[in-house]
Amino acid sequence: MTVPSDSSEAPNYAELRKRARLRLLRMHFEAGVGHIGGNLSALDALLVLHHRIMTPDDVFILAKGHAAGALYIALWSRGEIGEDELRTFHGDDSRLSGHPAPAALAGIPVATGSLGHGLPVSAGIALARKLDAAPGRVFCLCSDGEWQEGSNWEALIFAAKHELKSLVLLVDVNGLQGFGTTAEVGGIDNLAERFESFGFSTSECDGHDAAEMAAELERDVPGPRAILLHTVKGKGVSFMENELASHYVPLGDAEFAKACAEVERG
Amino acid sequence: MRDTACRSWVELADRDPFVFLTGDLGFRALEPLREALGERFINAGVAEQNMVSVAAGLASQRHRVWVYSIAPFCYARPYEQIRNDVCLHKLPVRFVGNGGGYGYGPMGATHHAIEDYGSLLALNGMQAWIPAFDADVGLAIDRLGSPGAVDAPVYLRLGRDESPDGFVPPPFEPFRRLGTGERGVLLCVGPLVGEVLRHYESLAESARPALWLLSQLPVLPEELPAQLVDDVERGGGLLVAEEHVATGGAGERIARCLLERGVQVSGFEVACARGYPSGAYGSQAWHRQESGLDAQSLLERSAKLMERTTG
Repeated sequence: MTVPSDSSEAPNYAELRKRARLRLLRMHFEAGVGHIGGNLSALDALLVLHHRIMTPDDVFILAKGHAAGALYIALWSRGEIGEDELRTFHGDDSRLSGHPAPAALAGIPVATGSLGHGLPVSAGIALARKLDAAPGRVFCLCSDGEWQEGSNWEALIFAAKHELKSLVLLVDVNGLQGFGTTAEVGGIDNLAERFESFGFSTSECDGHDAAEMAAELERDVPGPRAILLHTVKGKGVSFMENELASHYVPLGDAEFAKACAEVERG
Repeated sequence: MRDTACRSWVELADRDPFVFLTGDLGFRALEPLREALGERFINAGVAEQNMVSVAAGLASQRHRVWVYSIAPFCYARPYEQIRNDVCLHKLPVRFVGNGGGYGYGPMGATHHAIEDYGSLLALNGMQAWIPAFDADVGLAIDRLGSPGAVDAPVYLRLGRDESPDGFVPPPFEPFRRLGTGERGVLLCVGPLVGEVLRHYESLAESARPALWLLSQLPVLPEELPAQLVDDVERGGGLLVAEEHVATGGAGERIARCLLERGVQVSGFEVACARGYPSGAYGSQAWHRQESGLDAQSLLERSAKLMERTTG
């Protein structure tokens, strides 16, 4: 399945996204777990990367490990995770833990969940690409709240200094974190300006517009580069959108039914 | 040991190339290695968390990677990166901590590493290698740098060879018996054995303990050498000496091994780093003395243990 470049709402992408959102909601509902808001904000980027952008030479690291569900769904939508396995999410004897586990799946090379690790590890992989003159890009998706972690800024310095051209940093800018807005807590909402000052080619786009994201990712920009994805936490479910509670609170029976009905309507 | 290590890395670079990351340390020491490795020698700057994660990323792409800093900055600052990015993924990254224990004495407590290998050995698959002599360093680096030879993350704790002039140690092994004696057993960890040897060699066998050296951790019960078990069961007690706090140290591990093996131990004590009991600071030798880890204190304590256990 591919994403058409002319419109994010073209039928096949719209269908893919609907299917993915519904399965994501059901997966979390059946497991009785939260973190749904940050999964919904990241889902479009993950679908675009895994269906349109990435080649076998590329690597993807999910720095915001709490969006593991969205990553599992993206891999499921590509047939890399089966339906039976998806039902083990968050359960016993499962490879699909709440945050990506080490060495569990080929599509998840690095265990994440503690914030501020994904980008530095991605920098190491990009450095290996450079030393080996190997093909492929290294995509890393961070959260915006994650930029309160000092190790990320260490990685920016390192990646720029070593001209890690294969490194593509994506930031899911949904503006909400665990206990407040990113503006209230960290006050560093001018990330683009900051990344530029560290030597990253930085651009911005709508993190829910698949066509715009795909076009931006396909643009030939010398790395290291950063793309800020402006997103909505809880995207696609009206009563979850931009709600702090969607970071933690699982869906009840009625809420699940209502959410699914909204997604079905599109 | 650092200069010896540098020479060993330069030799290794010719044979089995690797990536070497330093946290902005190595001035007037690692320049030959920088020359030998070229772009694979990377000063990652004063950013140890990133350095360790970068090492993990490189190792995940099958690069052999060494990470170097002074001991406390090598393990304490980036502990979570070592835990998550390296150990959870079972990546064979080599961590080199220079100046283990009180090695950076007068530089102060922030520069000491007296809980390094205990902290690290709690992590998934981690090993600690603790050379005692310059001759150990080359063998250790050769083994750790050989592709596939040690498929685990390893912490290499470097110190200073303190052995007497002319002393030729047996080759680097987890356990080595450096001297026979009839008054119990003294088991040392790492370079402090060098100072013990200076006093030990002039003593008659009838007036000294058997002297053992432990250089690799962890230790499993079945790995205790039969000769060490014999020496311990002969009586007179076992004193373990390490420049490391008691918690997580070699003393605890040896005690567990002895208990699980059912070895008859007439007496058991651990001489360890006591931290900073007086609140004053000084050289490595001064701190060792304050903790009772100087050679004279250790030999006296071993003798007292012998007296106590034999009535």
